[in-house]
Amino acid sequence: MSDHLPTIRDEEWRYADADVLERLAPATFDQWKDIELAPGETRCHCMVVGSDKPELHRIRLLVGAGARAELFVLNSGDDYTRVECVVALAEGAHFEFGGVTIGGGTATREFVTRLDHGAPDATSNQVVRAVHWGQATGNFLGRIDVGRNGQRTDAAQDFKGLLLEKGASTNAKPELEIYADDVKCAHGAAIGQLDEQARYYMASRGIPPETAKQLLIRAFIADAFAALEDDAERERLFETALATLGERV
Amino acid sequence: MLKIDNLHAEIGGTQILNGLTLEVGAGEVHAIMGPNGAGKSTLAYVLGGRPGYVVTGGSVTFDGKDLLDMEPHERAAAGLFLGFQYPVEIPGVSNVQFLREALNAQRKARGQEPLSGGEFLKLAREKAGLLKLDMDMLKRNVNVGFSGGEKKRAEMVHMGILDPKLAVLDETDSGLDIDALRIVGEGINAIMRQPHKGVLLITHYQRLLDYVRPDFVHVLSKGRIIKTGDATLAHRLEEEGYDEVVAA
Repeated sequence: MSDHLPTIRDEEWRYADADVLERLAPATFDQWKDIELAPGETRCHCMVVGSDKPELHRIRLLVGAGARAELFVLNSGDDYTRVECVVALAEGAHFEFGGVTIGGGTATREFVTRLDHGAPDATSNQVVRAVHWGQATGNFLGRIDVGRNGQRTDAAQDFKGLLLEKGASTNAKPELEIYADDVKCAHGAAIGQLDEQARYYMASRGIPPETAKQLLIRAFIADAFAALEDDAERERLFETALATLGERV
Repeated sequence: MLKIDNLHAEIGGTQILNGLTLEVGAGEVHAIMGPNGAGKSTLAYVLGGRPGYVVTGGSVTFDGKDLLDMEPHERAAAGLFLGFQYPVEIPGVSNVQFLREALNAQRKARGQEPLSGGEFLKLAREKAGLLKLDMDMLKRNVNVGFSGGEKKRAEMVHMGILDPKLAVLDETDSGLDIDALRIVGEGINAIMRQPHKGVLLITHYQRLLDYVRPDFVHVLSKGRIIKTGDATLAHRLEEEGYDEVVAA
């Protein structure tokens, strides 16, 4: 049991939906899903999360030495939807994360990751894309702790937000704490709108505005699922993500 | 085919076109030349319906229909092709995907069946060959990492695949080396030199006109056409300059 229930005064909950947090049953916050990968094991998991109710998905991952954990998540809830991932990497382990938040309305959709690079030679790559309209918000809070023994850590974090309408917002918060000296930690964040020039270029070739928008958004979120090798799963995530655009018109 | 009558247009509140009148008939190639700032590119964008370009007077009909009343994608489906002076890069969207979407959207708007993947690739390969563009280039993202010349050749591949009735080509010759200029010129002839098609070539230089011989050459200045002649007018402009020729 946590020592207290989270509120938006907690750093890792600062962009969460405060009203929803107050309404959730205290037990909800203790529902952690624990997953352990044996040394050398490779495991890939795809999730589509979100519904018309608030959802909290809290995952704790222990990635054994030389193991590889891949997690791809589409977060398209109509209410507050949070996917939280706490990862501990053993020596030479790799964590791959691809996440997309997409949707309109007033919902807050967020990914919160905390990576413990406490052992040497571990690597991680996180790519998050947020596409929002209406009054919706998409967040990515990514914390990376590189401990004293985390030499030769190679950790990358990349966030891009696309806002389709005035009123939508995104928050990106990279947080790196590094106590080893031989470390590569790259992070980037950018927020923008649909490229008007590209839209017009497409129109000039005969592509109707709605199709153009779909193509551009698909291209925008593609990076998040680029590392997913299963073509059918990747296509399913794309289709499900783009279907939320249909609800918009 | 294309009838522009007393066209006035502005961008950002600045009047650029001031009563431009021009008619392009089927089977004709027209060249528009003129000094910087004369309104050449504005004319191309107004015809293509680019947002921000506001028509404040006059009319444009294309095959008897009011062109200005159509959305940009509808103009394309009606058979208008706009060649860009600066082709746009679209990361994450391949040329093949882009062009197949475009062609099938146009076909759908015209009540035709879409082309299958195989049929489309066959067509794309044929047109890329015409412009001596490697098919691998078409598998790459739209214009991303293309050199200036490759972008212009890719534009002509677009034109070949989409097979328009009227092409408005805005400085397609800029940024081309001598060989690419010849390839693009021959491409324009192969695709557009047909009795039922028309071309409006916007250019600064005579050299493209050596390959694509115009039937008419117009001089655009301050937003209107001030002189019209045959292909020899372009030579005189090149030799004597706009001021001399216009004053004569």
